[in-house]
Amino acid sequence: MTRIPARGSRLGTKTISFTFDGKTYEGIEGDTLASALIANGVHLMGRSFKYHRPRGAIAAGAEEPNALVNVFRDSARRQPNVRATVQEIYDGLKAESQNRFPSLAFDVGAVNNLMSPALVAGFYYKTFKWPAKAWDHVYEPFIRRAAGLGEAPTEEDPDHYANRYAHCDVVVIGGGPAGLMAAKCAADKGNSVIVCDENAAFGGWLLSDTDLRVDGMSGAEWAAAMVAELQANDNVRMLNRTTGFGYFQQNMVGLTERITDHVSRPAPDLPRERMWQVRAGRVIIAQGAIERHMVFPGNDLPGVMLAGAAQTFLNKFGVPVGERIGVYTACDTAYAAAFDLYEVGCEIPVIVDHRTEVDAQILKQAEDLGIEVIKGGHISEVTGRLRIGGIVVKSGADTEREWDVDALIMSAGWTPSLHLSSQSRAKPVWDETRGIFLPGESPQACICIGGCNGTDELADVFAQAAESVGGKAPKCKIEDDVSTSGGMSGATGDSLQKGKAFVDYQNDVTAKDIALAVREGMHSIEHVKRYTTNGMATDQGKLSNMHGLAIAADLLDKPIPQVGLTTFRAPYTPTTFGGFVGHTKGSLFDPRRKTPIHDWAAENGAEFEPVSLWDRAWYFPRRGETMHEAVDRECRTVRETAGIFDASTLGKIEVAGPDAAAFMNIMYTNGWDKLKPGRAKYGIMCREDGFIYDDGVVGKLAADRFHVTTTTGGAPRVLNHMEDYLQTEFPHMRVWLTSTTEQWATIAVQGPRAREIIKPLVKGVNLNSESLSHMSVSECEICGVPARLFRISFTGELGFEINVAADYGRSVWEAVWARAEPLGACVYGTEAMHVLRAEKGFIIVGQDTDGTVTPHDAGLSWAIAKSKPDFVGKRGLQRPDLVKAGRRQLVGLKTSDPKKVLQEGAQIVANPDQPIPMDMLGFVTSSYWSGTLKHSIAMALIEGGFDRMGEKLYVPMEDETIEVEVTGSVFYDPNGDKVND
Amino acid sequence: MTSVAKLVRSIPLNGFRFATDAVTIEAASPAARLSIRATKRGVTSLSKSLGLTLPADPSKSSKKAGRHALWLGPDEWLVVDEKLAAEDLIPKRASREFSVVDVSHRNTAFIVSGDDAATALNAGCPRNLSLKAFPVGACSRTLFGKAEIILYRTGRTVFRVECWRSFAPYVRDLLCEGAKDVRN
Amino acid sequence: MLLIHCPYCEDDRPELEFANAGQAHVVRPSHMSEMSDEDFEGMFFIRDNPKGVNLERWRHIHGCGRFFNAVRHTVTDKFLKVYRAGEPRPTDAELAELLK
Repeated sequence: MTRIPARGSRLGTKTISFTFDGKTYEGIEGDTLASALIANGVHLMGRSFKYHRPRGAIAAGAEEPNALVNVFRDSARRQPNVRATVQEIYDGLKAESQNRFPSLAFDVGAVNNLMSPALVAGFYYKTFKWPAKAWDHVYEPFIRRAAGLGEAPTEEDPDHYANRYAHCDVVVIGGGPAGLMAAKCAADKGNSVIVCDENAAFGGWLLSDTDLRVDGMSGAEWAAAMVAELQANDNVRMLNRTTGFGYFQQNMVGLTERITDHVSRPAPDLPRERMWQVRAGRVIIAQGAIERHMVFPGNDLPGVMLAGAAQTFLNKFGVPVGERIGVYTACDTAYAAAFDLYEVGCEIPVIVDHRTEVDAQILKQAEDLGIEVIKGGHISEVTGRLRIGGIVVKSGADTEREWDVDALIMSAGWTPSLHLSSQSRAKPVWDETRGIFLPGESPQACICIGGCNGTDELADVFAQAAESVGGKAPKCKIEDDVSTSGGMSGATGDSLQKGKAFVDYQNDVTAKDIALAVREGMHSIEHVKRYTTNGMATDQGKLSNMHGLAIAADLLDKPIPQVGLTTFRAPYTPTTFGGFVGHTKGSLFDPRRKTPIHDWAAENGAEFEPVSLWDRAWYFPRRGETMHEAVDRECRTVRETAGIFDASTLGKIEVAGPDAAAFMNIMYTNGWDKLKPGRAKYGIMCREDGFIYDDGVVGKLAADRFHVTTTTGGAPRVLNHMEDYLQTEFPHMRVWLTSTTEQWATIAVQGPRAREIIKPLVKGVNLNSESLSHMSVSECEICGVPARLFRISFTGELGFEINVAADYGRSVWEAVWARAEPLGACVYGTEAMHVLRAEKGFIIVGQDTDGTVTPHDAGLSWAIAKSKPDFVGKRGLQRPDLVKAGRRQLVGLKTSDPKKVLQEGAQIVANPDQPIPMDMLGFVTSSYWSGTLKHSIAMALIEGGFDRMGEKLYVPMEDETIEVEVTGSVFYDPNGDKVND
Repeated sequence: MTSVAKLVRSIPLNGFRFATDAVTIEAASPAARLSIRATKRGVTSLSKSLGLTLPADPSKSSKKAGRHALWLGPDEWLVVDEKLAAEDLIPKRASREFSVVDVSHRNTAFIVSGDDAATALNAGCPRNLSLKAFPVGACSRTLFGKAEIILYRTGRTVFRVECWRSFAPYVRDLLCEGAKDVRN
Repeated sequence: MLLIHCPYCEDDRPELEFANAGQAHVVRPSHMSEMSDEDFEGMFFIRDNPKGVNLERWRHIHGCGRFFNAVRHTVTDKFLKVYRAGEPRPTDAELAELLK
């Protein structure tokens, strides 16, 4: 095949080698995959989705519906559905066609094409209806196999992606003549400007047009000069290979910048893509227009393409799309494309013009070149299998004539690209005279200019661009004699009745399908769209919308605006998940919070478990120990000697101010007035509906100051809940809340020898029970730094919780450990903590409660102050459903076989022999092996549980039924003597 | 009583530094920090005892001799002092007009500086960080990726980024990603 | 992403800094215990879901921390007005004016 290098405005000089379906080809630097393949005589690039029909490139840009290929660098880097017309080639690029087996030229699936009468619009709706049973094993697997374009990669994406938030006065989407001029005028006024274009080079259609002159320069030269000027301006950021894919609220636009997809060996540091989230004062949409194809039978054979695309292949890449090229048009622009091709030596045997009236001047031009023009004609048939070979033309007199061609270029006119405008929630406006939708006024600060505003004349485009940013266009001398008039929408000839005239190539929707949908009662374009899939998926109706609409309107005998236009959705073109993910993966997926003592635990062999965003030390296995053995040992050691535990993740809130106690009275079910400074109390927080929201020990430091603790996971929402009431219900209260979760490192020292361990480290308080009794708090010094020392216990043993400022946490921990270790104490983790607290029947909010459990249900009625006039949840607790009998209540369970440990979440029934579905009484919330008690213990929420003490119930599991006895939930030291030692 | 030598603060990521030709990220030195909530009257008395005015206007800060007061909310300020300890700053007597809570160890900070410091921050911070929108002296609680931060512009190309200590490794990693990406 | 004007920061801030906090002007009565079950249901469970003007609460949670109220149009997503917590609900006439 020949190249016309002089014509390739985008061509470099370097030869580049790539493969397509395993065969090596050569292209030239600057080529897209499509232009390079066509230069090699390859038009067949893919198979269609439904019928597996052979397809080639229809377009030369992002609107391409057919030439979708799989591009891959290695086994993990595989990108399906890449448009060959967008992908730039690089040395070593590997591409494969999709949707064919075993090969592109011979595809077994093409049998669907023969079966196509059965695969008409609504096929799925009509076929996969009944029997219902067939869904699981027949229909769904079938649909799943058939569904989806291309194959998703199976490995993790090894590339990285970047995110950038940006703000500017003006963002310009599209860097054609309109966009470049708007950017220049905006920048000249001192605005900060971002201008993006989805192509490698700015310039838009100027790069495909050889006839035009601006101030004596060719379009490409003028664009290059503009780009150079803009790039030199510090206030302007130029983003090429960057698609404005979405328009969101209040002038936020999403841009995706492709950074390495065109590079042979990208530097490892480079992100593959960068997602820009741009908030702009004003958005200038200069997306241009998309050429429509002609709807006629066989309009999808490889070699049939848009006239503008052929012009682009020629003038941007130096590639004539054929040697003997037919033309089918309803618009003047196809003539310019034909003349361009003629100029470089292509034969143009015929121009079939669908119109009966054609501009005399343009006809004369064709005549001068010896090109035959058939007015009022249409193509009734094409020949060829994998590439077009000829056309059959019918004209007014109904005579049929045939021509041999190896390519056919077509144009039904230009559709202003309303995608972003529509996403900005502007309503399109119908232009009756031109038969196109134009962008309506947007509720956001955006303006459409140029082709996407239906403006064709370059002088008008420049004026509009300048006006859109309140500037003035420089005076330019424009020479441009290409007419853009004409255009049509809808089917031609008999294509509503005969043959396959494609309206939507990507979704294999024909003119007949649209007609069928209308016949079957789909009278709204939204229904037609869903019934036929016209304009769905990644195509978003770029080529198909207007034709589909026109056909439906015609059959319904309604004007087009009454049939309506479907809504355009983001993204404008397919956007990678990687781009949306950006930095948010690996270690940046979520913060992994670590306590000041974390590193010590890691150095000392801890296994960790995630608890909300925290990594918590789970257990500390010694050499050779299983988890079970380690937890058993840790529990035993705490009960017999002592253990130390990192409780730093507990939420902490400082509640301070003269109304602190009054506020606590409202927020917690307990009473706080009588609590003396220096004392601590277990508090329960409810929501207004009476259900437990959180719990924790609260220390009263002074009359006007509380140290409140919350659950680890509950800290943020508890603070939010408190702030909400304080700010909006009780703003008159003078009290302030400060999160101190991370100010304090918290070290629990629990066990009979706890006092002995910490005593030498503590200054300022006597640790005996007279001065620091169970449930007390003291502000003292530990290891020479200020501390808040609580005497509290979550294990049932004598216990202390040391709070020191976090930067001292590890040092104090090590000092405590240096005391504890020689005494035979241990370090314990969250698992032992869970067992120890369960032995005492202490609940964990979120594990033993689930948002439907009241303090009464949890056996915590004692924590509800009876005399308080009000607290959050007081009224809710009186609701009929919350006071009626038979509520699920938290009880203990002992298995009849002491060695059997129940599964948390297991359901509980009274009679295991009843038929399924069984009547379930409740479920297990916590369950452990208790080494101390030598039997398993569990807590469960059971209907009327408090009245079932001693009752035998059953836990039916997959392979056995476990008998349990309902007990109280305090299994260890029921009188609570040990904490007072 | 065992005698214990005075403990030394061990801040997260102590000594951390990462630099490209356009951005430098460093762990800030240990500092005293106070979370202040106060009534109007409380502001007057605290401004006096702290020796610098707690700014009344949104997003404004004040500074004096290494001590900074950052407006965070209509009744909330963060005071950062790079020299003294928190104990020396907290008023000895409680008041009905304010709450002062020592949060010196709750937060840790990074200094992000260089010509493209703002761009690096914009990898995760959705705010407009142009000098016009966020001038020198501006401060605000905001987000950086999934971490809440307090952002304080101390110079044209210098930001102080305060975060809760357990978020520091995350903030560090995202800052480095942002810094590496600015010139790509 | 919405851009929301915070009436305390007196600045437009990205939506990420905010948390929606449900319907505005739901009054928690001072004598809760005397409330009938029906009134409690209305106060706690029943919420408006208008197409059009919605009065809602937001918290500038990753900013100044303040709760405030907003009038937002649920179709256009436009914030017609923001005002501080405790300020009265705009009258219907004022709301009609905002819609113009």
